[in-house]
Amino acid sequence: MVAVLVGLRLLVLRNSLKRSVGQLIAVIIGGLYGLFVLAMVILGLFALNLAPVDLLRTIIVLAGSALTLGWAIIPLFLPIEQTLDAPHLAVYPIPLNKLLTGLLISGVVGIPGAITMVASIFTFGSWLRMPGIAVLALLCGIAGALLCVMLSRAVTAAASGLSSGRRFREAAGILIFIPLVLLGPIIAGTASSLENSKDVLPNLANAMSWTPLGAIWAIPSQVALGDPLGAVLRALIGLATIAVVFLVWRWGLARALVTPVHAASRVRAQGKLGLFGRFPDTPAGVIAARCLTYWFRDPRYLRQLVIIPVLPLLLWFYSSLTGGTFLLQAAGPFVAFVLGITLIADVSYDSTAFVLHMSKAVPGRADRWGRASAVLVFGLPAVVAITFITAAVAHDWMPVPALLGLSVGLLLGGLGVCSVTSAVVVFPAPSPGDNPFKTRPGANTALLGSTFITWGVLAVVTAPEIALLIVNLVTGQPLWGWIALVVGVILGPVTLVIGANVGGRILDRRSPELLMQLQKDA
Amino acid sequence: MRSRRRVALQHHEFHTVIGKDDMTAVNPPTPPERGQQHPAQDAVPPASARAAYVAPTAQYASPDPDPEAALSIRGLFKTFGQNHAVDGISLDVPAGSFYGLVGPNGAGKTTTLSMATGLLRPDAGVVAVHGVDVWQHPLDAKARVGVLSDGARLFDRLTGEQLVIYAGVLSGMDRPTAISRTKDLLQLLDLQSAAGTLVVDYSAGMTKKIALACAMVHAPRLLVLDEPFESVDPVSAANIRDILGGFVSGGGTVIVSSHVMDLVQRMCDHVAVITSGRVVASGTVDDVRGGEDLEDRFVELVGGRRVQEGPEWLRYS
Repeated sequence: MVAVLVGLRLLVLRNSLKRSVGQLIAVIIGGLYGLFVLAMVILGLFALNLAPVDLLRTIIVLAGSALTLGWAIIPLFLPIEQTLDAPHLAVYPIPLNKLLTGLLISGVVGIPGAITMVASIFTFGSWLRMPGIAVLALLCGIAGALLCVMLSRAVTAAASGLSSGRRFREAAGILIFIPLVLLGPIIAGTASSLENSKDVLPNLANAMSWTPLGAIWAIPSQVALGDPLGAVLRALIGLATIAVVFLVWRWGLARALVTPVHAASRVRAQGKLGLFGRFPDTPAGVIAARCLTYWFRDPRYLRQLVIIPVLPLLLWFYSSLTGGTFLLQAAGPFVAFVLGITLIADVSYDSTAFVLHMSKAVPGRADRWGRASAVLVFGLPAVVAITFITAAVAHDWMPVPALLGLSVGLLLGGLGVCSVTSAVVVFPAPSPGDNPFKTRPGANTALLGSTFITWGVLAVVTAPEIALLIVNLVTGQPLWGWIALVVGVILGPVTLVIGANVGGRILDRRSPELLMQLQKDA
Repeated sequence: MRSRRRVALQHHEFHTVIGKDDMTAVNPPTPPERGQQHPAQDAVPPASARAAYVAPTAQYASPDPDPEAALSIRGLFKTFGQNHAVDGISLDVPAGSFYGLVGPNGAGKTTTLSMATGLLRPDAGVVAVHGVDVWQHPLDAKARVGVLSDGARLFDRLTGEQLVIYAGVLSGMDRPTAISRTKDLLQLLDLQSAAGTLVVDYSAGMTKKIALACAMVHAPRLLVLDEPFESVDPVSAANIRDILGGFVSGGGTVIVSSHVMDLVQRMCDHVAVITSGRVVASGTVDDVRGGEDLEDRFVELVGGRRVQEGPEWLRYS
């Protein structure tokens, strides 16, 4: 049974490679990169033979702890492997212990598991000067790698045991996005603060060696430092960790096998119309209400909404690195640009639900206006607010009129251009309820083409504002800024009106073809 | 009705007995007993028996759609690559009828209904709803049709109530009308208690019902329902049947596609059998089944029934 499970894992791996050449190439490139990193790690581990034991200990314990922590956290947000999930295996009569062993080994056989295992085993390479310790390091490496795999399994099983509800999954999917985006600044920040205090790392390593995350990794160096008692204590911590993790995993898996994924439904009475009570009762009005509801309720839209606060923060950070305020003040137009072109995926996100618009004979123009005004309702205030706030932070009010003009031009222009492109092309997008970060095969080429065209047209349409902003910045004369504002406020709406009309007419003509494509992609 | 069902089952058992003697038979010969019940039926070979019910285009006096019919289709074709999904279908659905469209999987039912409701562009052919050409005047035609598409998603991040109001306003009514009609429909479909729940959290049966409400909210004269009873529980199905029956007796027309012959036989007054993109039989239910059980007649028309016992290891006695 164990062999069958491991074989299944390998078969899935092989078949997923066979599905498309593009995927195969991507996997090969990814695999080569992984091998390169692995080779560097192994090389580094051997190089550590030359380092003093103290330094070696700091590096191994910290790296090992980080590795273990990563294995615990990442599976929560990025489901790595779903073939051998409990729901898929629940229908087969497999004894629980065999299932656990099979899942553990198949976890090691997967690409991340294999890399972890090989790297951990090669920690013996740093101890060539003390053969006895090298053997110990080898054993600890295997135990550490197994703990990693078990930990990720236990965390997934426990999480699915705690809440398999839709809301939890979707919220987790969005929340991880924020730290991921801010990862660059966070790393840069911690690195620079660590530089200042050199003995922080050894102390941290020492502390980590007493925690479940680092104990196993500290055992060989503890012996090498002549502290057998400390080594035994850490070995006990490590064994206890493995035992606890195993029991949690076993409990979670046993639970998951008898608790299929369910939808958490909150029953509410009727009468709460939400936005549908506030928007005008025309087709365009309800479409705007519907889209706006989606912007705040659908993870795929929420992901884009998160950009509004995160992008200025990111730009603020990078501008503080370079010292200028230029990047920070670009936040307004940046956000306007991003929000404007979000509309390109709107029909694709509808998926086959779009059939409702067709069967109710919604005029294409109403469809376009509804979708665009939903973005305008929150986008315009947000962009204006960001422009003013960043100006206040930067203490530089001179370019504000030009920036506002450009922002309005980009937002409304982007909506207008996308009203046309999204009526011409739909592409495979994450389906409603899917992980918003999932990319569908074939999505990239279709998306890339229409995105490039959209950007090109948008660049042409907003060229006057861009030129006026540059003149304003170069000459420093406020007049150019005010002209840019006027031009943006006129040109943006004009683009939107033209885009909505043209796009609406195209939609009226092409909606059966769009629906056919959506059905294919669904 | 129940007694007829039992007769049908006996026929099945008989087929199985025949099958034991002739394991390779794809279409077991009609048993002689049945011939005594319907001598005229038995006299003609299957192919010409089929011809008696075939509704070729030539049957219709005019190549133009019938303006009196609720839905009139002439010479409809649709090809996907090599696959002739719809291969020359002509059909008249009389106003005020409860029309069943039956056929095996992949027969072209959904494709036909999609083209008939303006969702899929036909390669050739004319479709008219109450005399209005669907592809020439889509706005007028769609205002008269309510559609339930099989397998299509809904805007499921809305609550049930919001979704039906959305559908109502989209079809051009004002908010108070949409709200009051939504209230009536939710009551009719027994969804009041879940009105404020997101549709994504609905069960499959509830989702069908809310989609039906969306199809009915603009008071169409013709309802086109693709597999409306799939994954609906028996109680809800009975309720939906009553609602549709009431809709027909109030002067509306309903077209349903279904796999469940029993349901069609009980519910519909007209039926068309489609296979491989063609109509092989159409007319009133009594005409088409010709005294037989509709399911037997259907299997006979469509063919492809295999009588086998299954492998040895699956048998316990």
